[in-house]
Amino acid sequence: MDFGQLLYMRHEIILSAIALIVLILEISISNKNIEKIIPVLTVLFFINTIAGFFPVETGSLFGGMYKTTGITILMKNILNIGVLIVLIQSAGWLKSNFTGSSNIGGYFFIVISSLIGMDFMISSGNFLMFYIGIELATIPLAALVASEKLKERSAEAGVKLILSAALSSGILLYGISLLYGTNGSLYFDNIASSFQNNSLQMLAFIFIFTGIAFKISIVPFHLWTADVYEGAPVNITSFLSVISKGSAAFILLILLFTVFKGIEGTWNSVLYFVSVLTMTIGNLFAIRQKNIKRFLAFSSIAQAGFIPLGIIGGSAIGFSSVVYFLLIYLFSNLGAFGVVAAISNATGRENIDEYNGLYSTNKGLSLVMMLSLFSLAGIPPVAGFFSKFFLFTSAAKQGYYLLVFIALINATISLYYYLLVVKAMFINKNEMPIGPVKNDAYTKLGLIICAIGIIAIGFAGIIFDYINSLTFGIK
Amino acid sequence: MENFGYIVIVPFILLISFILIGLAGGRFKPSLSGIAGTFSVFVTTVISYITAFSYFSGAGLVNGVYQKIIPYNTEWLRFTDKLVINMGILLDPISVMMLVVISTVSLMVHIYSLGYMKGDSGYSRYFSFLSLFTFSMIGLVISTNIFETYIFWELVGVSSYLLIGHYYQKPSAVAASKKAFVVTRFADLGFLIGILILSNITGTFDYSILTDPNGPAIAQGSTIAFMGLSVMTWALILVFMGCAGKSAMFPLHIWLPDAMEGPTPVSALIHAATMVVAGVYLVARLFPLYALSAPAALHFIGYVGAFTSLFAAIIACTQTDIKRVLAFSTISQIGLMMLALGVSDYGGEKGLGYMSSMFHLFNHAMFKALLFLCAGSVIHAVHSNEMNGMGGLRKFMPVTHITFLVACLAIAGIPPFSGFFSKDEILVAAFEKDFVLFIVSMIIAGLTAFYMFRLYFSIFWNKNNEYKDSPHESPSSMAVPLMFLAFASLITGFIPFSKLVTADGAGFETHIHWGIAVPAVVIALAGILTAMALYKKESGLPQRITASLGSLYRLIYKKFYIDEIYLFITKKIIFNGISAPVAWFDRKVVDNTMNGIAAVTNFISVKIKSFQSGQLQQYAYVMVSGMIIIILFALYLWNK
Repeated sequence: MDFGQLLYMRHEIILSAIALIVLILEISISNKNIEKIIPVLTVLFFINTIAGFFPVETGSLFGGMYKTTGITILMKNILNIGVLIVLIQSAGWLKSNFTGSSNIGGYFFIVISSLIGMDFMISSGNFLMFYIGIELATIPLAALVASEKLKERSAEAGVKLILSAALSSGILLYGISLLYGTNGSLYFDNIASSFQNNSLQMLAFIFIFTGIAFKISIVPFHLWTADVYEGAPVNITSFLSVISKGSAAFILLILLFTVFKGIEGTWNSVLYFVSVLTMTIGNLFAIRQKNIKRFLAFSSIAQAGFIPLGIIGGSAIGFSSVVYFLLIYLFSNLGAFGVVAAISNATGRENIDEYNGLYSTNKGLSLVMMLSLFSLAGIPPVAGFFSKFFLFTSAAKQGYYLLVFIALINATISLYYYLLVVKAMFINKNEMPIGPVKNDAYTKLGLIICAIGIIAIGFAGIIFDYINSLTFGIK
Repeated sequence: MENFGYIVIVPFILLISFILIGLAGGRFKPSLSGIAGTFSVFVTTVISYITAFSYFSGAGLVNGVYQKIIPYNTEWLRFTDKLVINMGILLDPISVMMLVVISTVSLMVHIYSLGYMKGDSGYSRYFSFLSLFTFSMIGLVISTNIFETYIFWELVGVSSYLLIGHYYQKPSAVAASKKAFVVTRFADLGFLIGILILSNITGTFDYSILTDPNGPAIAQGSTIAFMGLSVMTWALILVFMGCAGKSAMFPLHIWLPDAMEGPTPVSALIHAATMVVAGVYLVARLFPLYALSAPAALHFIGYVGAFTSLFAAIIACTQTDIKRVLAFSTISQIGLMMLALGVSDYGGEKGLGYMSSMFHLFNHAMFKALLFLCAGSVIHAVHSNEMNGMGGLRKFMPVTHITFLVACLAIAGIPPFSGFFSKDEILVAAFEKDFVLFIVSMIIAGLTAFYMFRLYFSIFWNKNNEYKDSPHESPSSMAVPLMFLAFASLITGFIPFSKLVTADGAGFETHIHWGIAVPAVVIALAGILTAMALYKKESGLPQRITASLGSLYRLIYKKFYIDEIYLFITKKIIFNGISAPVAWFDRKVVDNTMNGIAAVTNFISVKIKSFQSGQLQQYAYVMVSGMIIIILFALYLWNK
């Protein structure tokens, strides 16, 4: 075997190496100095992120079990960037909460393990591999969510996540077995080429779709989202809402465009249905929220409802639009959660009312928050506008005018509640606003990266061109 | 042909001024920000004048037709192979004209604000936003494609939001800025869909392709039909929806009167001369498309304009807040411009309506900015917006008095002031195309003269009020812009517009149609005389007339209750009709059903009781039933 081929898996290999380094450092460094591994690991992860961008040949390994293409590499790189930001943002929280018996190394190890799972999932060429990947990505998350051991809400959220994830895995696995029963193979290529389009296979598709939709929190599989997001530590919530959701959306894209290409008619209608449902319900509930984390949870549900606009119709341009949308969503949502985390970790306040008058005391945080919310709402000229615009255009190109119209109405509704938060920060008066929050260098760096991303990506046409150039191979 | 490359300086200097003042303004003396902002706009004005002069004096002219010149254009986003979004600068007669309008009014407003805003705590913030606004507005008019326009369109919306909300300590100002933003955003929803459809059927965003009379866009656009109208017509009506939002056309006009909560110079800039005419400008920009491939949409615009104009003129007759009178008068005049576009055809002298609309836009910008700045002067002096608290001010404020009178004569259409000339062309264009619209415009002309002079006499004549501290003339920084604009209102009517700004770029001759001009002037004079009789001296007559009209007057005074209707729809129908039932459904039906199921699943839940919140099994239930619904749905489709 040519070991050079292993370079195809460089993302997973480097990450595994880092995970091992974490374990070794954990053992060899005394508890007193354990904080010092944060910069070391962050830098290591940064190097990993950069390494991911080096162009390497693509191909498949292990008889088609594992495949890389330009687009999967891009997806992994996007996830890497997201995780890097999450790691940077969580440094402050780690220092203040993980002292004594709790271990910082554990946190890094779990996050990286989960990411390895996602990478394998995205690169899988076989449903078995896919299933192992998705489980590896999910199970560590429950541990993360429950990582504030002394808080009841955190533990409860962990249990909720693991139980609902177990249900969705069960359904997913059932779908996979049905597919195997009708095809006699678990390889994506074999299934795609011998798709007979009978009702059993359609059932299999919906089961698999349910399993993935659960992770993207598409209505009606979204109910766990708000509770878990609210209960989990903020930094973990941002990981869940961006990385976990993004990776699931990526694999959904890949599956629909390759394995299930044969039943495009069916999944178009299903996506149409859940898209409208998700946007609308996410929005209606977001309006009523008082807690900022719950608010962002429902906002992220509503955002997920826009993803099908690009998938529907199955065009390459739609594929690029979704990837682009997720990239920008990553920066916007991490920006918003970064601010919430900074405030929550410093003061413990998480209600929207308590954000009243935030601008008078914390100018920088308020501005980043405003930028992120504007981007989520899709107000030009920030990046969020372009990503939505491309999604709308690609759906319109496929002739789904009504869907675009519904989406536009929903985007306008969402503008309303995003502005409510902006209004709270900038206009509403408060006798006792949240005092000035002192942010450490990590938090600042994390927020600055998000702000730059939000502003710059929309104007850098080259990024969309790049994604486009990769997706032309898809169809 | 000259290249006009130097025009690139204009947006850049304004952007830099915005960023510099915005970032550093607070650290220096406030007056420095004012001077920096004014300087950048001054440079803009100089460049705009040079551009206009060289463009109209021959540099833009090829074979007697004014050309579209694109000094700068770069690819920005490539959506598909064909659909490319560019960023660039486009010069043609209307964009050059708008450059002059925007930079002139903006400069006057800047100079005026140096005095007017003195001592305001947000002095440098104010000037940085003024720069941002001017930048966005200029970007809007020189865009080379509709997408670029849309970006600047939204930026204009944002910056006007910031300016209207300048006095953010005042709840009414905050509410007004929010209202303006939400209403125009709602309208932009239509605009965006319009752009999507338009780009989809024509495959381009570029104005030079879209509006080429022999181009593919116009040739192919009118083939597909949807609900009786071609898709192109629908797209253009949707685009017009955005225009109606920005230009305050009925029924999206409700934000403009409230927007008067902003500082008065801002009203002069945004709500008289620039932003509110953006809608007219965009229709004019796409005019060949409207005229040649969707005449139905154009006709529709004409009627919307006429109705809005009449409607707003009637309301203006009853308002007592002087800025609100001006606001409704603006709505009415913009309606008149839309009407003029609606009665126009494409090409040569048939484009009279188009030319008159642009002509009126130009003149209106000057005299309406003047009116607002005068109103600002008056408010500055007496500290009130209510005309009941004024009267006899001509003795105290001679400059304001005379300049205000000039503006009133101009808007009323009395020769030789500028409004007379453009209004005459509009009337002629309407007369030739649609008699109903012609009659409507005549009525509007009479009403305009009446309410403007009602305002004039109430402020400067009428009773001699006792003022606490006697009002005085404004400082020279405020008086100079007034005089300049009054001078402009006197002379701009003599500009040979029909030779310069026409639908197809080719000039033609016009002359005054006395058969129409004389009756129009007579009607205007009648309006003025009525106002004089009622308001020159203090008398009980207006009150008695008001009383005899009773409920009708109240209906008009309350602006036909349009705001209340909106409130009713949003509060009662949307909040109570949709959100409340959803909340109720969530509370009663969902929760109760779930509780029932919880009882059934209690047996299982006992084992994990210490963890359970009482909801997780419900989540699972919803998830599975949701999946079953999707399966049934898909099976149904699959069997069909």
